[in-house]
Amino acid sequence: MINKALSCCLTLALLFISVLANAQQQDTESGAVNEFFRSNGKIYVIVGVLVIIFLGIVLFLINLDRKISKLEQREKTNP
Amino acid sequence: MPPNIAVKKMARHWWKALAILLLIYVIIAGFTINIPIIGTNGQSSRGLFFHVPMWICMYTMFTISVVNSLIFLSKYDLKRDVYASSAAGVGTFFGVLGFATGSLWATYTWGGTLTSDPKQMCTAIAILIYMAYLVLRLSIHDIDKRARISAVFNIFAFALLIPLTYIIPRMVDSLHPGSATTPGFASNDTEGTMKMVLYPAFIGWTLLSVWIYTLVVRYKKLELKNIFR
Repeated sequence: MINKALSCCLTLALLFISVLANAQQQDTESGAVNEFFRSNGKIYVIVGVLVIIFLGIVLFLINLDRKISKLEQREKTNP
Repeated sequence: MPPNIAVKKMARHWWKALAILLLIYVIIAGFTINIPIIGTNGQSSRGLFFHVPMWICMYTMFTISVVNSLIFLSKYDLKRDVYASSAAGVGTFFGVLGFATGSLWATYTWGGTLTSDPKQMCTAIAILIYMAYLVLRLSIHDIDKRARISAVFNIFAFALLIPLTYIIPRMVDSLHPGSATTPGFASNDTEGTMKMVLYPAFIGWTLLSVWIYTLVVRYKKLELKNIFR
């Protein structure tokens, strides 16, 4: 149940990101966010890339942690 | 789930949240703070925040491993063998990451990926010894024999790890910081702004490695039910 909800959330988040990316493609030259990511030789783009990768790994670890917890609970109730 | 139980559960995981927050800070600050540009290093000095913590994680894991091996040899409790082997596996993983990041760094600052630098060579030997430990475990099927032989080998490996990675590179000439002729990680040799990121990086990455280690141990506990009753 939780897994289904989680994958739904992930799909929605990905959809939003792609929609946002599409929207931003139309005005690439303006906006404070774009200005920020283009400053300092676009270093902030790579900072963002690393934050995304790190958060992905963390989400994976949290999910694994919860799955193991669930198995431990099952073992405790009916060994 | 009642809210007070949920709060208790969250309170038990506070150090995982701390690790995530510290590492997000390290990633963002590590790339954006001003650092001194020295010699051929250029901006690559920022690797300090990611390369060095790998070794801290490796030392932490190998220390957990050797302590559990020692306890195993005094009590013959197979649980200790599981703790020791899990820690050695996670430690070797972080050692390989440290070696790979160091080799990439060396390619663009020392002029070679695998150089004849004593620190790099000795570290490669140390990691290979721990890989031999993991292979040795696979080669013995009897569970008690495996635990005893690998515990003795683990103590031997740790006794070699310290001189190979910590003492010898400090006594001879090396391009790596912290050798006989180069400044190392001492209180006067590192810029203050870098320390503001470096110490959180040590804590954050170490907590992350401990988290991965606990996951491995919990998985092994479920898998080896005859040992963990």
